[in-house]
Amino acid sequence: MLPRWLKPTVFVLCLLPLVQLVYLGFMAKLGVNPVEYVLRDLGEWALKFLLITLAITPLRKFTGWAWLAPLRRMLGLYAFFYAFLHLMVFFGADLSFDMSALWREVVRRPYITVGMLSLLIMLPLAITSTDKMIKRVGGVRWRRLHQLVYAAGILGVLHFYWMKSSKNLTTEPLIYAAVLAVLLAYRVADHYGHAPRLKRRART
Amino acid sequence: MKILSSEITPKDVYLNRREWLISAGLMVSAMPAAAASAFNTDEAKTPREAVTTYNNFYEFGTDKSDPAKNAHTLKPSPWSVVVDGLCAKPGTLSIEDLIKPHTIEERIYRMRCVEGWSMVIPWNGFALGDLLKRFEPLGSAKYVAFETLNDPQQMPGLRSPVLQWPYVEGLRMDEAMHPLTIMATGLYSESMPNQNGAPIRLVVPWKYGFKSIKSIVKITFTEAEPPTSWNRSAPREYGFYSNVNPTVDHPRWSQATERRIGEFFKRDTLMFNGYAEQVAGLYTGMDLKANY
Repeated sequence: MLPRWLKPTVFVLCLLPLVQLVYLGFMAKLGVNPVEYVLRDLGEWALKFLLITLAITPLRKFTGWAWLAPLRRMLGLYAFFYAFLHLMVFFGADLSFDMSALWREVVRRPYITVGMLSLLIMLPLAITSTDKMIKRVGGVRWRRLHQLVYAAGILGVLHFYWMKSSKNLTTEPLIYAAVLAVLLAYRVADHYGHAPRLKRRART
Repeated sequence: MKILSSEITPKDVYLNRREWLISAGLMVSAMPAAAASAFNTDEAKTPREAVTTYNNFYEFGTDKSDPAKNAHTLKPSPWSVVVDGLCAKPGTLSIEDLIKPHTIEERIYRMRCVEGWSMVIPWNGFALGDLLKRFEPLGSAKYVAFETLNDPQQMPGLRSPVLQWPYVEGLRMDEAMHPLTIMATGLYSESMPNQNGAPIRLVVPWKYGFKSIKSIVKITFTEAEPPTSWNRSAPREYGFYSNVNPTVDHPRWSQATERRIGEFFKRDTLMFNGYAEQVAGLYTGMDLKANY
């Protein structure tokens, strides 16, 4: 049985990165280039939440902890939430809310193209995340649709990698890529029945 | 019994010490007395705190807060600079001898980083051209190459292969001789902080910041275009010239705008960082899209 406090606790924990940014902002502790700090922090949290979301199912299967499953939706929505804030800071502070400038950037800069794609892919997933929508879309179709999250993860990490590689700062994005690779590899292995598990699956 | 201090300290030592004290005194006194340069911008200066805690100096780490944290290990004194290559009077000079003949003046310049942010910095320094003339470059010298210190003991970032070390940069001779180009020995009327390139660095205000090489140990006159660090690392992204140019984008991001440190929205980037009147002539007839 799922403890009642689990979801609210995770909900509050997931807000902490944002709370911290607001706090640092009020205390004027965001450093010399606050906009850049906020932009990058939000982007990195979006990616972190995306990876955490993608880790839920493998972790549940590996450990057998069933209580992890109900957290997946909320974590995925947080990934979308932070990615959306990340885009809004870029759109507002860097592009002064100029729609044509945003379009130009998306078309011209491959790293922005893939970042935007990653966010756009997450949008229908967020919209269809309610119980009602799952019923309306239908189980099989819904699952197929939500497999797009893998593409969102890959494009998101690529966005980060391309952005950093111009200044030869690839260590951090490569760590994200490695984590993503492990999480996707687990799924492939699981598909063929070779994924490692702590306990043997109960025979049904 | 009374012992004179002159009996303890050998004469040549205390004479040397006096000489050193005098030259040090000269250096310090020359800075505040700096004359206002006609090239100075009257834009609001970026606070010293920001100038000295937010910059790129990969020799001390790749984060922009790393240089301020790690550069205390740099020893800017004693320091010497080798000048060689195509010149009549090559030599190795102590930093004191290098600076001594020059009058330090204040130059308040815009500084535009290739990453899209900018500052206004009051440098203290002197024209690079005046320094180069002392070594009597030959007619065959078409370029000037610069090299940063390459000592992992003093610069922990050198242990990471993020760039090919030592950091090298270069200018065409006419760019080097241009009166806007300076060798800076300080900022905000104080000696150069380690993290900003002590004891001596280049400042070329119409080019992206990475051209303004720091903590220089070698200057070489060459006939061929010298290699430059970022060009060597990513030739399609960083050219030899790297003039600030809002119409030529970096392949990954726009160079049309920049964020002045301290401002929220971005502002338009100016051609040659606002120094077009002074330097555009250096590039007449050149395709600046091809020679980025």
